[in-house]
Amino acid sequence: MDGDDRLLDDRNPGVRPEESVANVLSYTAGLGLAILLTIASFVVSQTNLLWAPGIPVGLIVLAFAQIGVHLVFFLHMGSGPDNTNNILALAFGLLIVFLVITGSCWIMANLNANMMPMSAAMPR
Amino acid sequence: MTVATIDVVPTELARGRGGGGPAPTRIVVAYGFWIFLLSDFIMFSGLFAAYAVLSDQTAGGPTGRELFNLRNVFIETACLLLSSYTCGLQALSAEQRQQGRFYVFAVFTFVLGAAFLVIEISEFAGMVSKGAGPSRSAFLSAFFTLVGMHGAHVTSGLVWLTYMVAQVVVKGLRPHVLRRLLCFSLFWHALDIIWIGVLTLVYLIGAR
Repeated sequence: MDGDDRLLDDRNPGVRPEESVANVLSYTAGLGLAILLTIASFVVSQTNLLWAPGIPVGLIVLAFAQIGVHLVFFLHMGSGPDNTNNILALAFGLLIVFLVITGSCWIMANLNANMMPMSAAMPR
Repeated sequence: MTVATIDVVPTELARGRGGGGPAPTRIVVAYGFWIFLLSDFIMFSGLFAAYAVLSDQTAGGPTGRELFNLRNVFIETACLLLSSYTCGLQALSAEQRQQGRFYVFAVFTFVLGAAFLVIEISEFAGMVSKGAGPSRSAFLSAFFTLVGMHGAHVTSGLVWLTYMVAQVVVKGLRPHVLRRLLCFSLFWHALDIIWIGVLTLVYLIGAR
């Protein structure tokens, strides 16, 4: 099996085999944190104890925290040298996602605000 | 990191920055697939934006608060989270060449993903039978597009997982099969990230 592996492996010469960054502990820690944050989200969304207008913002913050947990513990985004390109690509992707979502909401809110009242435009 | 440390161990630190020789194929493949996943996130961001804009346009039809059943959504979330966990354990057993454990975790991953899909499809069917199908209002069109697109990704993930298990049966855990498995687990974990967005924006905020 070992010789077979070396034959089939197209790893480039001069590079040592990668040590995997993942282990059971990191996945279990990720699962634990994700479960905590999910339960917190459900509790926050259903509770009457918090100031209601602030709840959506709180939920979004919890969602970002959980996305961070998933990126680090499940997708193994880290600060290692092998991850530099992944992190840069992620930063660019986040920028585009941010522009698309906030830009759409901003433009459509503006259009709605400047819209002629429906009854005046098209009397039924 | 200072310049001095780069001089001391060039191959360790310079990788990924052009120096120190080419990166291992595993790193390059994961990077390419990560670029694809980011483009998928950008496609989803368009659907999220459409939902955010249209979520109040119910055209006199049912609202999210009347339609969403948070108990089902909680079970769906639990299924996806646990299947992400078993997918991670499956990737670990593949890396350690433990084929038996790999099959066990692959079955868990598949069953949990399928359970998620069954709950989602029955939720969709219930909504359509109540007259709250995608053609009822702009809100429901955006809802079915966004959540359905995530469901379609989960479906293709299940097909891909079946195909990968077949490859492991036929070819064994060879390096190129391991790299495909790596891409699959990246895909499966990325679906979980999308689901966090759907859960928060659509269900938790929408059901309030």
